[in-house]
Amino acid sequence: MKKLFAMVLVLVMALAMVAGASAEVNWKEFEGTKLQVMLNQHNYQKAVTDYGKLEEFEALTGIDVEYSVTPEENYFDKLNIGLAARNGDPDIFMTGAYQVWDYASAGYMEPLEDYINDPAKTEASYNFDDFYAGVVGTLCWDCIAGHPVGEGSQYAIPMGYELNNIAYNWKYFEENGIALPEDTDQLLELSKSLNGWNGEGSYGIAVRGTRNWATIHPGYMTLFSTWGGKDFEVEDGRLVCKLDSEEAIAMTDYWVKLVVEGSSPQWATFTWYEAGSHLGAGVAALLYDATCNGYFQNYPAGASAESGNLGWFPGVVPAGSGLTAADIKSNVWVWSLGMNSYSDNKGGAWLFLQYFTSPEFMLFSGTEAACADSPRASVAESEAYKSIVGASYGYLEALEVLLPNATIQFTPQPYFFETTTTWAATLQDLVEEYRTTGACDTAAAMKALKAELDIAVEDIVCE
Amino acid sequence: MGLNKNKATNKEGGAALATDLNVVPLKNRIRPYLIVAPALLITIGILIPFGMAIYYSLTTYTFRRPIADFVWFRNWIRMFQAKDFWNAVWVTVRYAFWATLVEMLLGLGIAMLLGNTNNRFSRILRVALIFPLMVAPVIGTIIWQLMLSHGVGIIDKFLNLLGIYGMQWGASKKTAMLTVVMIDVWVNCPFVIILILAGIQSLPKSPFESAKIDGGSGWFNFMNLTLPMLKPSILIALLFRLMAALQEFGIIFSLTKGGPGDTLMSLSVTAYTTGYMYQKFSNALPYILVLWYIVNKCASFIVEKWRISQYQAAGKDVEVEKKQRFWHKFIKSKDAGSAAKGA
Repeated sequence: MKKLFAMVLVLVMALAMVAGASAEVNWKEFEGTKLQVMLNQHNYQKAVTDYGKLEEFEALTGIDVEYSVTPEENYFDKLNIGLAARNGDPDIFMTGAYQVWDYASAGYMEPLEDYINDPAKTEASYNFDDFYAGVVGTLCWDCIAGHPVGEGSQYAIPMGYELNNIAYNWKYFEENGIALPEDTDQLLELSKSLNGWNGEGSYGIAVRGTRNWATIHPGYMTLFSTWGGKDFEVEDGRLVCKLDSEEAIAMTDYWVKLVVEGSSPQWATFTWYEAGSHLGAGVAALLYDATCNGYFQNYPAGASAESGNLGWFPGVVPAGSGLTAADIKSNVWVWSLGMNSYSDNKGGAWLFLQYFTSPEFMLFSGTEAACADSPRASVAESEAYKSIVGASYGYLEALEVLLPNATIQFTPQPYFFETTTTWAATLQDLVEEYRTTGACDTAAAMKALKAELDIAVEDIVCE
Repeated sequence: MGLNKNKATNKEGGAALATDLNVVPLKNRIRPYLIVAPALLITIGILIPFGMAIYYSLTTYTFRRPIADFVWFRNWIRMFQAKDFWNAVWVTVRYAFWATLVEMLLGLGIAMLLGNTNNRFSRILRVALIFPLMVAPVIGTIIWQLMLSHGVGIIDKFLNLLGIYGMQWGASKKTAMLTVVMIDVWVNCPFVIILILAGIQSLPKSPFESAKIDGGSGWFNFMNLTLPMLKPSILIALLFRLMAALQEFGIIFSLTKGGPGDTLMSLSVTAYTTGYMYQKFSNALPYILVLWYIVNKCASFIVEKWRISQYQAAGKDVEVEKKQRFWHKFIKSKDAGSAAKGA
């Protein structure tokens, strides 16, 4: 009897193993269903919607996809409302890592590890380990304020990442024998000297400046972190704002001077689009922003008036600090796809997510749809990708220098938008004061900001 | 006997007829309700969200944590204590004042010019002036942003020719209000022009002809004939523009998001930022309700002025009318009082 039982058990186990091994993703499983997708206007979005790939996905799965595209400045406001409605619309949405801190802790985002690890739901060729750990890890969090990213559930899958460095008009620099700046003093002097470089109205350096969190996270946050600044620290289970530190004040003081003396007089209305397009139009000589912002102005040929003339370098370090380019702490932004936890078509949504983050699609987007900064090692190291992205002068070299120290430099916490927007408003006040009077009391402004942000986060418990 | 029987039958028939006459057919009975129903539904449709807004302003409801714990007036007290609130009120009032003032003066001036001329140019201008009205305010703002853009915008280039460089427009605290008001005027002034122009074209000709015979100057005619008779049209334009300017959101938000600093953080922009960007819905609602109160009071005031101006334009004595209204109200309240006593 025992023998018979053992034989039956072995047989059952063997059958189960065979069944498991032969588990395949049924791409037609959700045929006839519908998916609502919300996308931010970006090259990553264009790769999904503008090259016939969406139609290919619909033909493969039989799922009807409806999508909307919204410019970045209003995208997250629209997404906030959609997710807060808790009705499952959109099923899939583009998001950044900072948003995960807000959305995941509110319960809007579906944890994805169960989908990724299920061979019946995910193709073996999907190869999740192919994603750079540092990039995919930024979308992984345990939903405890103050805890670093990289631990907890995987809430989204990257479409592309952005580091922050300096793009410049390589052709003009070369023709005029201008050396690249290495520290902040040199950058300030260079930016000032470049005012009027390409006729009246042209200026040195373009950076973002609206009353919005997006002003802080690119160049400002990169230099802020390299300078040694911190936004918050956890003390006795509570978040304490550190924007009144010596480093924070010195860096902000420098940034204000850089904006007033070397940037556009209309800086306070500059978003990603204005900053990038001014480099492309030959109005700005330098751009301190996301790596791919300048890339989209440079590639493909004809993308802007200065396409083909742009180059990149890692950035600058604080003057007299003794640091080198390798010490630059570039802040990371990751555009990714997440799933609404209230979606009533999660299976179909995962197929969409899987398809548009697969190695095949990412190779296509990286090589044919101008999506630089691929988060997949297999794509980033492919010859096809390197030959295209590497053709942009200094692009890959700058990334190589920055990648070891690049991470999200903000402290994860759910009130990110409120605290960082308030920070941007203070920066605007300081720039206005400096522009009007020729001086500004940065220390007083940062101390007032610290007090305001301490109140804003007072109900956050870090446990 | 037979006669008596006939009498009795007639009596019954008469009673039945009387009863029939008293019975109102169903369709006649429900007609008043059907007529009122759409208005009632719309009123309910307005009152439900309004009531909900008041309720949620007294709770802790946020999009992140959709639980409405009742906290009474905590959100209101915090709002009144915050300097952001008083700044928002001041920005809202200043914006509404300047935008409405410029639009009314410019609108009246252009309407007068167009109303008094009838050549090809004025006819083309009447059509062309409507174009900005067809543009959504946000699109209009983007167009202006591009035109004003430093180094590339057409207006910036034109100013460069005049030797003016580096205009900051919406990027400076000094010029941000001017810039948004300028865009508002461009988008909405045609609305004022159309309304006042319609008023001008409907003015009777005889008073002007009499004034002409009596040798009245243009200024005299304008001050004593045109303006008083146009007052209802002007007040209607003022009502719509002031209400919209107090609530303005699209132009300010798409140009500066309320910046630089808090320069353009009006009540509606502050409410939007708090409610949708920061997801603190219950904290945003008091701002909106205060805005509603301000708009309501301003609108009521202008409507009252408009009513008076209509009497004046019709040549009626406003004082007599006021007295009549007073006595009408008084008698009505007395009747209601005695009816209540009788009951």
